[in-house]
Amino acid sequence: MINKKFFFKGYKSILAHDSPAIALGCCFIAIGALLRNLGFNIQESIFSTMLTYALPGSLVMAESLLVGASLLNIFLAVWFVNARLYPMAVSLFPLMMHKDQPKWKYYFSCHFIAVSAWLIMKNNYKSIPKKERIDYWIGIGSATWSVAIIGTFIGFFFSEYLNKDIMMGLAILNPIYFLCMMVGASKTIQISLSVLLGAILGPIFYFISPEWSILLGGIVGGTSAYLIGELNVS
Amino acid sequence: MSVSIVYAILVTSLATFLSRILGALSSERIKETSKIFKWFNCLAYATLAALIARTIIFPVGVLSDISYLIRLIVVVLSLFVFFISKKNYVYPTIFSAFCMALLSNYF
Repeated sequence: MINKKFFFKGYKSILAHDSPAIALGCCFIAIGALLRNLGFNIQESIFSTMLTYALPGSLVMAESLLVGASLLNIFLAVWFVNARLYPMAVSLFPLMMHKDQPKWKYYFSCHFIAVSAWLIMKNNYKSIPKKERIDYWIGIGSATWSVAIIGTFIGFFFSEYLNKDIMMGLAILNPIYFLCMMVGASKTIQISLSVLLGAILGPIFYFISPEWSILLGGIVGGTSAYLIGELNVS
Repeated sequence: MSVSIVYAILVTSLATFLSRILGALSSERIKETSKIFKWFNCLAYATLAALIARTIIFPVGVLSDISYLIRLIVVVLSLFVFFISKKNYVYPTIFSAFCMALLSNYF
């Protein structure tokens, strides 16, 4: 089944000195409070985090509910904003594929793909034997998923104590944490350029199409960075 | 609210899982040394950077009430803390929350 040693090694990565636990937990505290203010009960709030486990998607759902959007509109809006999970999966799973591991582990654990877990795995996979990487990944995913659920729970019950200043502080934590992680991960020309071009083009494309801006910024920025990197190598 | 919360949660999770499972299924035929893997790696980093930039520049929710200048100051100062703390991820993150709460209160 699952190699416990590597599963717990992955799980404990959340306790590392530079772990995303604080940023992730704080963001889901904000989500828990937001969902309660929208009229969700505790079960709905917890299930929302358990089943979606993607912060921008949850925010888009909350905004869509507020403006009375239809289910189809919610589906499309969330799909657009979470489409980044597709290239994230494709750039991670080949690192973990091993013929001795059953397929169900990969299909099951794809639910854990989110920025925090993905960046931890990308930073650490080289130190894990390839066969055991999927169990390590399931450990990381379970840990970050647990933090998100606990954060939602805390946010829901403490929402009345969270004033606007605290909510603003909680809202900035996540983008700053991920920004630092992305800058820290920029160790090659291709990755550095991808981060730089994505950060510049994403907001520029927002003026053309807010829905498509993330995808367009990612595709144009990432492809340009890839081609420049390949030209540089050759 | 016009639609049921439960249906909204199910639709949101389905829309999110779709990208994840399609990514996992596509990965079966991609080798980590291939060019397409490198390309997707660049796409993933660029898409994430685009998302983070959009979250800071065109935020939804409470951050949209904060001026561009304050958001920019918080980002620049947090990056400064990141570099002087020898690229520690936790210090600039915690700093950003206090800095944002403080600046939004006084300006």
